Amino acid sequence: MTDRGSNKPKFVYVTYIRTTPERLWAALTDPQTIKQYWFGMTAECDFKPGSPWSLKFEDGRTADTGEILEADPPRRLVIRWRNEFKPELKAEGYSRCTMEIEMADYYPDFGGKAVKLTIHHEIEGEGGGKFIEAVSGGWPKVLSNLKSLLETGNAAFQR
Amino acid sequence: MDEVFKALADASRRELLDRLRADNGQTLGELCARLTMTRQAVSKHLAILEEANLVAVVWQGREKLHYLNPVPIHDIADRWIEKFERSRLQALGDLKKALEARDD
Repeated sequence: MTDRGSNKPKFVYVTYIRTTPERLWAALTDPQTIKQYWFGMTAECDFKPGSPWSLKFEDGRTADTGEILEADPPRRLVIRWRNEFKPELKAEGYSRCTMEIEMADYYPDFGGKAVKLTIHHEIEGEGGGKFIEAVSGGWPKVLSNLKSLLETGNAAFQR
Repeated sequence: MDEVFKALADASRRELLDRLRADNGQTLGELCARLTMTRQAVSKHLAILEEANLVAVVWQGREKLHYLNPVPIHDIADRWIEKFERSRLQALGDLKKALEARDD
């Protein structure tokens, strides 16, 4: 819809969490922790650059696969990511998910310091509207759960 | 959370969010081109939305792109809507949408 030719379907999500960058990094990269906020799904990965990455359903089926493009703890994680369980989404090819962690000096809700997590998710090739739409429905839920888990020790709801 | 409610309590700001929902990642210029508000007003409203974290900003070269960030709204929903209510509310929401669409 925009005039900008290079504009690809893309989402940007930002959440502020009362925690430390190290704890947030651990939550994003520890399979057991991921399971607590990602609706029972978990990642199989050592989170080193070049390593294969996959997201599995609770029953062991593969939801998504890809590889780690960048891992700079506790600041930046880039995952090349493709859906595996829905043919129409898989057909759209790889996407790129970038997670950035930084300290925010002030966030009104806390009246003090918080960690800012920014997630960009965009498709690598042309098109890709369906995949981005599908993940855009999931990210806010995953991020709310993650925030709740880190701040209170409980995910808002398990799945 | 106060910031989110304050930011949403204004029709012009809700319209800006609607515009971003329809077409994510717009510049100030692109948003202004389709609105009757002045550039200063749009800029002021965007700053309030940014402060409330309802709009996320990404710099692409010299261009400042604005993205709708629904995460704070989701946090609010999570606070007051229990898991078991979610599917029933979804069904009510779908029914409302279907009925209102028929009236158009």
